[in-house]
Amino acid sequence: MRKFQFHPCGNFRETYEEELAIFETDFGRLWLIIGLVLLFGIIPFISSPYLLYILNTIGIYAISAIGLNLLIGYTGQISLGHGAFFGVGAYTAAILSTRLGFPLWAAVPAAGLLTAAVGMVFGIPSLRLKHLYLTIATLAGQFIIEYVFVHWEELTGGAEGITITNPTMFGLDLSNDRTLYFMIFICFTVMTWMAVNLVRTRFGRAFVAIRDNDKAAEGMGIPIFQYKMLSFAISSFYAGFAGGLYTYLTRSITPEPFNFGLSITFIAMIIIGGLGSVTGSVFGAVFIVALNEILSEATVFLMNIGTSTGFAITVAPLREFVFGLAIVLFIIFEPKGLAEVWRIVRSSFKLWPFSY
Amino acid sequence: MDFFLQLLVNGISLGFLYSLSALGFVMIFKSSSVLNFAHGELLAIGAFMFLVLSLWANLPIVLAFALTLIGSFTLGFIIERFFLRPLIGEALIQVIMLTLGISYMFKGLLLFVFGGDIHDFPDFLPEGLALKWGAVELPSVYVATFIIGIIFLIIFGFFFKYSSQGIYMRSVADNQPAALSLGVNVRRVFAFSWAIAALVAAMSGIVLGIVKGINVHELSSIGLKVFPVVILGGLDSIGGAILGGLIIGLLETFTGGYVSTSLREIIPFIVLVLILMVRPYGLFGLVEIERV
Repeated sequence: MRKFQFHPCGNFRETYEEELAIFETDFGRLWLIIGLVLLFGIIPFISSPYLLYILNTIGIYAISAIGLNLLIGYTGQISLGHGAFFGVGAYTAAILSTRLGFPLWAAVPAAGLLTAAVGMVFGIPSLRLKHLYLTIATLAGQFIIEYVFVHWEELTGGAEGITITNPTMFGLDLSNDRTLYFMIFICFTVMTWMAVNLVRTRFGRAFVAIRDNDKAAEGMGIPIFQYKMLSFAISSFYAGFAGGLYTYLTRSITPEPFNFGLSITFIAMIIIGGLGSVTGSVFGAVFIVALNEILSEATVFLMNIGTSTGFAITVAPLREFVFGLAIVLFIIFEPKGLAEVWRIVRSSFKLWPFSY
Repeated sequence: MDFFLQLLVNGISLGFLYSLSALGFVMIFKSSSVLNFAHGELLAIGAFMFLVLSLWANLPIVLAFALTLIGSFTLGFIIERFFLRPLIGEALIQVIMLTLGISYMFKGLLLFVFGGDIHDFPDFLPEGLALKWGAVELPSVYVATFIIGIIFLIIFGFFFKYSSQGIYMRSVADNQPAALSLGVNVRRVFAFSWAIAALVAAMSGIVLGIVKGINVHELSSIGLKVFPVVILGGLDSIGGAILGGLIIGLLETFTGGYVSTSLREIIPFIVLVLILMVRPYGLFGLVEIERV
């Protein structure tokens, strides 16, 4: 039997393998198992349908946010077009399942692959452009893709969109939120596992090198353009995959949700969660979705109180205000995001009562 | 032919509005290299401030105009001092997201106070301003726009050329370390450029409001239209912003007139991508972009 590892009282790493290990201690593995049991064994059976729907949304957004974090947080290439990429995935999955009768297990990865191709097309400007010029190019990409959604009516159904009916897989009814919950969170677990491992491979390290100093990275023999394209492809794959799942969650898609605002929401998730942290992306997705739900509940609540005064109807725009405020406060006061808060909390527990 | 001429006049008028809107944006970028995504909201705030002062508070037009300019000048200072100063030297993504966050806050507040409806300024322009050549008409609002715009362009031209603050701003834009070592107060220059940009934005917002009616969504979406304009003209060139605005305006009206009305909205962004691929520094920008 091998020796169990608990928290060391210092930094005792001797090899690169130890430095790169995901689980520093066996406590980490224990927590992971507890987490998985909670995620798959307990939460879906005690949640109300409403909560399940929220959790499904969180799972989907988290997948997309992880992908975007690989691009922005690890590779340092800013994309303002991920809302549209998400939409490309959603439309691909919807079209494949309605026109060609693809089942979910084929439609969603196919959506991811097609979106990866689209993402690479919009990543081509990164051959010549850097920083804000690339950012503006992806901004243009967002609007062009949105235009295609609305105006390529034979394929996308224009403003009316596409409705998918009775999705099933292996005889399971996917219009049931609980079945979908398992689908989404199995995908979520696999995608997270892939992302966590990707960033410790040579690809992930190359991404970080490009982010930190692209000239030095090129000097070390990293073909920058290929790696940037790879990063765009992986990131859009995540976005498209999440978009494909989103189709099955809403079962009716229109061009409306995949606007510039969605791109901003994704970036807000990774800024608030923490740039360059896979856990952070998940925290960010939870935070933003929860914030949205709380605010809309609050609006409904105020509307019920204020029906006599007529005051509460105008409260709705304050959601935008609070969303903006959350972004601004995090950037100014905690630029490393919730992941950093989480780290501080953990280490203060670890050091207690002898924190210095 | 008349149709062509009318499109030409419409395009130039629309383009001039874009040019005016892009001015403040370029000013901020030129001195502090910040991409201001909240520019549309600054336009909207200016327009609404003028609306409140002129229509609701019933002040004389000139006084309301002056107070709006002072108010937005102060607002620019406040934004720079409280939001952007802590971020000097931070990564691009943080700065972009900060301006986006500010834009959401402003938009939320404006919607909260004024709602999403279209408001109108009172008619205060004299009818005699309207021009008419044959079948081509130019309504008085556009004539007024041209006059206001040209007056402000001349004022700013002189400001940048001869005033000490203008020269400081140009020096910071040109070479920040050199300006620092010569004793230019770079922080004050940043603050000033935000203040002046907000002032210019307010002025453009008022003009846009006169032409199109004041609507939060409409005005804030112009903040994104500014990007094709400034990229076409060159991000750091004021003259380029003006010409870029005219070109984009003409392109939009001609596409709308001859090709298809739905393509009209998207054509600036297609041009934007092409320009970025071919000539990223724009028509008049400084050719110092770093190649990858």
